[in-house]
Amino acid sequence: MYLGIDIGSSSSKVAILDEQKRIAAVSVLNLGTGTDAYEEVMKDAMEQAGARKEDIKFVVATGYGRINFKGADKQITEITCHAKGASFLMEDIHTIIDIGGQDAKAIKLGENGQVANFVMNEKCAAGTGRFLEVMARVLGCRIDELSSFAEKSTKEISISSVCTVFAESEVISRLSAGEKVSDVARGAHMAIAKRVMGMAGRVGYEPKVVMTGGVALNQDMVRCMSKEMGCEVAVAPYCQAVGAIGAAVSAYDISHKKEK
Amino acid sequence: MTSKEMLNHLVAKHYEGALQAKKEGRPVVWATSICPQELLETMGLVTVYPENHAAAIGARKEALTFIEHSEAEGYSADICSYARVNMGYADIRHAEAQDIPLPDLIFCCSNICNTVIKWYENLAKKLNIPLIMFDMPFNHTYEVPAHSVKYMRGQIEYAIKQLEDFTKKKFDYDKFGEVMKLSNATCEWWKKATDWAKVKPSPLNGFDMFNYMAMIVCMRGNEDGHKLFKLWHDEMEAKAKKGKGPWNSAEEKYRIIWDGIACWPHLAVTFKTLKKYGINMVTSTYPESWNVRYETNDLSGMAKAYASNYANRNLDYDTDNMKKLVDDFSVEGIVYHSNRSCKLMDFRQYEVQRRIAEATGIPSVVFDGDQTDPRNFSEAQYETRIQALVEMMEKNKEAKRRG
Repeated sequence: MYLGIDIGSSSSKVAILDEQKRIAAVSVLNLGTGTDAYEEVMKDAMEQAGARKEDIKFVVATGYGRINFKGADKQITEITCHAKGASFLMEDIHTIIDIGGQDAKAIKLGENGQVANFVMNEKCAAGTGRFLEVMARVLGCRIDELSSFAEKSTKEISISSVCTVFAESEVISRLSAGEKVSDVARGAHMAIAKRVMGMAGRVGYEPKVVMTGGVALNQDMVRCMSKEMGCEVAVAPYCQAVGAIGAAVSAYDISHKKEK
Repeated sequence: MTSKEMLNHLVAKHYEGALQAKKEGRPVVWATSICPQELLETMGLVTVYPENHAAAIGARKEALTFIEHSEAEGYSADICSYARVNMGYADIRHAEAQDIPLPDLIFCCSNICNTVIKWYENLAKKLNIPLIMFDMPFNHTYEVPAHSVKYMRGQIEYAIKQLEDFTKKKFDYDKFGEVMKLSNATCEWWKKATDWAKVKPSPLNGFDMFNYMAMIVCMRGNEDGHKLFKLWHDEMEAKAKKGKGPWNSAEEKYRIIWDGIACWPHLAVTFKTLKKYGINMVTSTYPESWNVRYETNDLSGMAKAYASNYANRNLDYDTDNMKKLVDDFSVEGIVYHSNRSCKLMDFRQYEVQRRIAEATGIPSVVFDGDQTDPRNFSEAQYETRIQALVEMMEKNKEAKRRG
């Protein structure tokens, strides 16, 4: 079997592929780099796959925590792994929008699902999952409730601050001015969509567009992204674990290339 | 003596000479990095280059002391960090990395950027000393227009008068001719030495180019600089003939261009991360700036050379220049340093990247950093981008192997 592990800034993911290159296990835990979460997801995934340690032929690590993870045969960046994973799970993809805990990226795929170009956020957490976490806290809801709140929005509100910290105070002042939670939640989603659209534009996006990463679980966010990009945005299956699945696919491919 | 030993010796000699001159009451000039230094050399004026000094302070991880001082004085964090370091130094007047004497004359040429105009004007006003300013407008046309050359020539002629007034000496045109000749010869050896990186594998480790660059800034017009670059060239030639690559401990696997200035406070990290993956920076858009060439005694030619610096050229020129580097140096990828300090270089970077990707098909990445402000760089983000570049370059290599 072939294992991929993606240690992100706010969650850890493991995927295992069997000898037929089928998904044998996927496990996600919302604790990231700097915790022991990777041990737990690893254990869970092994149990799901019914695998023992010696059954694992190759391990590929990806994500922010890949550099410090000791148990990998190879490290591959999350950019390449998301491309591999998405192309494994879906057909004819040309653009990937991946929004994770502290990264947002637009990846343009070339022939055979290879990375042709990519753009990522730099020093700033605006336009990432962390931005939504802050927004949820200010709005007094759980992060998984943001989507259902935003769906009830009837009014367009723009959150214009680029900085997450300033956006927080902007939201507080909107709420005290009497704006509804649902409208502010939608405003936060649109703020992310506009920022990520800037990256997608730079990378030269083309349909079919697929969204990966934890933020893709937020359905209203996906709709906002689609509205901003002017085309349908599909959500990848196992969206949070696409990087880990891509890592497992790489582990499989590397092993089989060696055998040849 | 190896060229590296000679380089270290000359750097020390350069700064000691300047400090000694000040002690003896001889005037010291502060000048911008690509100014017509031939005039200063002809007049025998001791010159120090604040950009070189700021880079040295940055590389020694001392920049924040000066940057924080300047910001407390009211200078915005958005101003070039060389300027913030240097204006801070003009107040603090001591750096562990290296001390320089305060100037008696400011000599500024805006062919490198507009920030230098206000930065150097500030220095002149603050220290109450004379300022010689060359105003070199941006070239919006592909070729440097005739009126720009004429304008620059007029300013060179006027600067000669200003220098005569300052030194109370007549300008020696025979010596000027000799300095011009020597400056061109030095630049030629600089170019020839760095051109050895065209060979595969490159005998030149591109980061050495960043180190030697300090000397092409401050020793273009004297015999020491000439000897240094000739020696460096001969070393590169000998290495190339033996088929030796850039490092003894690793092989050159990938060849890239580094666009923009070095990230001085993180020089070791930026270099080692590239080397770890076998990446050699074989050339850069920036060191070519000191290939200032013209015919001896041709004042208009000299004016044109100083007006032609790549940072002062338009987008089409910049694109063609980069395309040529990709071809000439057999480059497989490009790292764009989005340098928060240098708005002039960054402003067009995305568009150049887009055009080069379209024209050449080679992959590239952009990372955030700064030439001297250590706060604008993240090691993990840099490594992710470099590793992603390697993965893209490797796919291209594989595709080539498969035909």
